[in-house]
Amino acid sequence: MGPLVPFIIGSEFNLIIALIAGIGFGFVLEQAGFSSTKKLVGLFYGYDFTVLKVFFTAGVTGMIGVLLLSHWGLLDLSLIYINPTFLWSALVGGAIMGIGFIVGGFCPGTSVCAASIGKLDGLAFVFGSALGVFVFIEGFPLFEKIYTAEAWGPVLINEQLGMSKIVFAILLSAIAFGAFYVTGLIENRVNNVKSSVTKQKAVYYSTAIGFAFVLLAIVAFLPDSQSRIETRISKELKHTDFSSMQVPADKLAHEIVTNYYRINIIDTRDPESFKSYHLPFAINIPFEKMQDREWKEILDQKHKTNYFYGDDQESANKAFLKAGIIGTAENFILSGSSQDFRRMFFELTPPEPGASKKEHNSYQFRNKASTDMLSLVEALKNSTQPVVPKMSKIKGGC
Amino acid sequence: MNPQKYMNPYLAGFLLGLVLLATIYVTGRGLGASGAVKSVVLSAVVAVAPEHSANTPSINDYNKEHPGGPLKDWLVFEVIGVIIGAFFSGVISNRVGIKLERGPNITNKTRIAAAIIGGLLFGFGSQLGRGCTSGAALSGMAVMSFGGIITMLAIFGSGYSFAYFFRKLWLK
Repeated sequence: MGPLVPFIIGSEFNLIIALIAGIGFGFVLEQAGFSSTKKLVGLFYGYDFTVLKVFFTAGVTGMIGVLLLSHWGLLDLSLIYINPTFLWSALVGGAIMGIGFIVGGFCPGTSVCAASIGKLDGLAFVFGSALGVFVFIEGFPLFEKIYTAEAWGPVLINEQLGMSKIVFAILLSAIAFGAFYVTGLIENRVNNVKSSVTKQKAVYYSTAIGFAFVLLAIVAFLPDSQSRIETRISKELKHTDFSSMQVPADKLAHEIVTNYYRINIIDTRDPESFKSYHLPFAINIPFEKMQDREWKEILDQKHKTNYFYGDDQESANKAFLKAGIIGTAENFILSGSSQDFRRMFFELTPPEPGASKKEHNSYQFRNKASTDMLSLVEALKNSTQPVVPKMSKIKGGC
Repeated sequence: MNPQKYMNPYLAGFLLGLVLLATIYVTGRGLGASGAVKSVVLSAVVAVAPEHSANTPSINDYNKEHPGGPLKDWLVFEVIGVIIGAFFSGVISNRVGIKLERGPNITNKTRIAAAIIGGLLFGFGSQLGRGCTSGAALSGMAVMSFGGIITMLAIFGSGYSFAYFFRKLWLK
């Protein structure tokens, strides 16, 4: 599941990826004509809307792609970098950049492209932007107030407009396609030409637009990976025979005492219930959070066996099924609930004097197991705490 | 040999969108440009005036975030890639060569001066606005960042508002 950095690809290698991404970025910008200042400013005088076309197409492509990947469970949106909103600095900074654009004829990325193929005006712009950055750094105390004012955090545009992501995506795509059409008309008028869109091109364009809306419809109407997993669980719940997967509490207690280092005991309840009582050595992975990246290692590992339990048998069975769907580890279920286990081992009452030998044996076993478990937990307090991987937020920005 | 025609803008936009998407998928962040300028400027400031840098809190903060030095930064490597990619594209399309592009009614000197002033404004604005057309506007649009999208609206809105006053730079 993406993003691949820093979990699957190391941070050092990330710099190589930066280089590769940059090569793709620079190549496409230059191919699109963004190394030509006249083409860029054409946007503001109506004779060439290339910037709008490239920019909007790229933004819509990226946006639909991000939505699709997250819909299919391939990209964790909670981990990707969202530019934070600082209202005033965004508006004032943007306005200054706009003037810079119309005066200098470039933006930073395009000026680098232009300079790379030998355009002196591009090089001058790069030099100018370094001066501008220098002024900002040196004069920072003067601008600090406006720079940090109205900090809203990483808010999303769809939240601000009170709509879902997919509704905003459909809206923005429709605006983009409308803008392409209208700017085409303006371009033809300013340049005094008849429409240059051939019939073949028109077919291509409508196919592409249709394809974009099909992808949007997939996100809007087909179940996402989360609900697909849920459907599968409820279906398998009816047809699975759990008897061979369910381990009696006595057996689990024995495993804990003798093999604690080869098993994971996974508590699938919410954190509060976990806090108030949990089995010895249990790790808390609430059912809803099972597919979070931090638990992947546990649900995929090969060296230990996972035992799931919950408030009742069904929730443990469900967690077992879910672990089987998203992970590859060997899994079992505790037969009975967490409270059953507690009663059996930690609220033990000695058998009546006239009880059978079996009951006496069982009492003795449980009594010993419970003290063994507690002393093991005490002895290994520091070393058996599961190492929770630190989830770092990805930094980004321009 | 004449320079080749530019790519169809929609195809270019689609490819650019794929580059952006792949970058987000792999690294969790979008593309950028002006941040690299910042790294280069900072390392120059540190090299030329180390004492002054040590006494400037804004530079110190940045250095703390970049323990490997300001140049060991994602965006610096990305922009090195941009230079390579753009040059390669220029070579295969026969567009490489020392050139200066300007409006029909201005001199080369005016064009260079305007480019420097424009760059200065853009560079300054990109620091204030936390990103330029690539980092804030384009990448922000793909991840639906409110800040990125209002920055984009501000850039283009202001460009259109001031286009009339600077028309002599570009039009006949």
